[in-house]
Amino acid sequence: MHDSGISIWFFIGLSLLVNGILITGAGIWEIFRPPANPVVLYSLHASVWWGALLLLVGLRYCIRFAPGRDS
Amino acid sequence: MAFYFALVLAIGWYLKGRANTGEDFFMAGREMTAWIAGLSFLSANLGALELMGWAAATYQYGILATHWYWIGAIPAMLFLALVMMPFYYISKAHSVPAYLKLRFGEPTRALSAISFAFMTVLMSGINMYSMALVMKVVLGWDIHFSIWASSLTVAVYVALGGLRSAIFNEVLQFVLIWAGALLIPVLGLIETGGWENLKFEIAHHASPEYTHLWATLGSFNDNPMGIHWTGIVFGLGFIISFGYWTTDFLVVQRVLAARDLRSAKLAPIIGAAFKMMVPIIVILPGLLGLAVLPVKLTGEASAVASGGHSYNEVLPLMLARYCGPGLLGLGITALIAGFMSGMAGNVSAFTTVWTYDIYRALINGKASDHHYVNMGRWCTILGVLISVGTAYLVMSFASIMDYVQALFSFFMAPLFGTVLLGMLWRRATGPGGFWGLLAGTLSSIAMWAWVKVDHDALRYVALSPNARDMAENMYRALWSWIVCVLVTVTVSAMTKPRPDGELKGLVYGLTALPLEAEVPLYHRPWFWAVVVGVVFVVLNILVW
Repeated sequence: MHDSGISIWFFIGLSLLVNGILITGAGIWEIFRPPANPVVLYSLHASVWWGALLLLVGLRYCIRFAPGRDS
Repeated sequence: MAFYFALVLAIGWYLKGRANTGEDFFMAGREMTAWIAGLSFLSANLGALELMGWAAATYQYGILATHWYWIGAIPAMLFLALVMMPFYYISKAHSVPAYLKLRFGEPTRALSAISFAFMTVLMSGINMYSMALVMKVVLGWDIHFSIWASSLTVAVYVALGGLRSAIFNEVLQFVLIWAGALLIPVLGLIETGGWENLKFEIAHHASPEYTHLWATLGSFNDNPMGIHWTGIVFGLGFIISFGYWTTDFLVVQRVLAARDLRSAKLAPIIGAAFKMMVPIIVILPGLLGLAVLPVKLTGEASAVASGGHSYNEVLPLMLARYCGPGLLGLGITALIAGFMSGMAGNVSAFTTVWTYDIYRALINGKASDHHYVNMGRWCTILGVLISVGTAYLVMSFASIMDYVQALFSFFMAPLFGTVLLGMLWRRATGPGGFWGLLAGTLSSIAMWAWVKVDHDALRYVALSPNARDMAENMYRALWSWIVCVLVTVTVSAMTKPRPDGELKGLVYGLTALPLEAEVPLYHRPWFWAVVVGVVFVVLNILVW
C-alpha cells in the first residue's frame, strides 16, 4: 500500500499522534488543576504516560511512513 | 472525535481516485498485504456486538464468553487459511456466492446471494441502532442525530473509496480500539492486585464458576450459561464458528483482497493471533466489572424499570471509572469507530454481492465495468439508507433484534456444509448443493419455530430443557448442518456428477496448489498456524 500512494500506517500514525497530544495535554492540565471528582487510580496519572506513549508511537509511524519516503 | 470523523472522510476522499475499476472498487485492487488484510479481516467483526455485547455477556456469564474468541474462532480461522483459502483464491471468485456459482451453478448462487444481501443490511441496521444507543447513553446525543451522522459518514467514505476505503478505516479502527481500551484491564488489574486477587474478588462477589473456562461444562446445570461442553465444541467450535469465519462474505471479502495466495493464507492466521488477544480488552473489563463496580448490573428490562445500569453498560462504566477527559474521549471514539467499521463492513459486502451476484447475474449482465462501479457507489448509499430504516424498525420493535439474529444464524451453518462439501468432495453435484442448502436453512427455521410455539421442544432441539438461548442456537446450527450435509450427499448420489475437468481450481484433489518449499520456514503459513495453535491450547489450559 506504500508504493502507489499514502500508506495506511501514516494515517494510523497521524491519528495516534493527534490523540497522544490531546491526551497528554489533558493529563498535564489535570495535574495542575485536579478535578473535583477524580477517576479511580488518579494518582497514577495514566493520561500523561499513556498519552505520551501514543504520541511517541504516532510520531514514529508518521516519520517512518511519511508520504514520499521509501519504505 | 471530531478529528476521527474528519480523518475517515479524508481517507475516503483521498482513495476516491483509486477506485475507478470494478476490481479496485469491489476487491480493493487485490493488492493488500497479509497484515492489512488480516487486521481488516478481524476488524470487520469487531463491531457493536463484539465490544459492548461480549463485555456484557462476561459480566452475566463470566469467563465462558471467552469461548467465542478462542474455540469459537481460532480453529475456524486456521482452517480457512490453510484449507479453504486456496480454493477461494485460485478460483478468482470475487465473493462466496460467486464460488458457489462456479462449483454448484446459478440457483445455489442466487439462493445464497439473496439471503446474504437481505441479512447483511438488517445486521447493519442493528449495528447502527446499537451505536446510536451508546451515543445517547454515554454522550447524551440525540439518537436520530447519531444514526444519521454516523451512517452518512460511512456512506460517503465507502461510496468514494469502495472496499479499499472500508479496509483502511477498519485497520485504523483496530489500532484506535486497542489504544482506547487497553488501559481498562491494565488499571483494573492494578486496582484488584493481579489475576489471582481478581479471581478471589469474583468468587466473593459472584461465584467461583465465573472464572473457569471448561471445568464447569460437564453438566448443563453447573455453569451460568446452562450449556454442555458438547454444545461449545461441536455447535460453537465447529458449526457456528466455521460457518461464520469461513463462509460469511463480510469477513472473507477482506482476505480475498490480499495481493497473492500466501498473503491470503497468512491474513486469517494474523487475524487469529490478534483474535486470541481481544479478550484482554473485552472479557477482562467484564470480569473486572464483577469485582470492582460498586453497583450491581442487571438485565435491560429491570435496569429501565429501576433506573439502574444494565449489563450492556459495563464497558462504558469501566471506561468512565479509570479514564479522565482525554482518555475517555479516545475510548468513546474507539467504540464509535468499532460501530462504524462494522457497518462499513456490512455495507461493502452487501454492495459487492448485490452488484456482482444479483444485479449482474440476474438483472443486467451486459453492462460496462464503469456501469457496475457506479451501481456499486449508488448501492452503497442505498444499503446505508435501508440500514437506517432497519435501525428505526429495531427501535420501534425491540424484539426484532432477536429475530434478525436468529435469521442470520439460519443461513450460516448450512452454507458452511455446502461450501465444505463443494471444496472437499468432487462427487457433490449442483442439485445436491442447492437442495442441501435449502433443506438445511428450512430445517433451521423449522426448529426455531418449533421451540417458539412449544417451549418443551427445547429438550429435543438443544438436548436439555434447561438450555438457554445461546445453547439452543448452537444445537440448532449443528442439526441444520447435518441436514444440509445429508441432503447434499443423498441428492448428489442420485444426480450426475460434473466431469473432473470442470472442477479444476474448485475442488481438493483436482487443484494444483503452489508449493512453498523455496520460502523460508518463518514465511510459511503452516509454521505460523502451528504457533497460533500451540498458544491457543496453552491459553485454554491456563484458565481451564
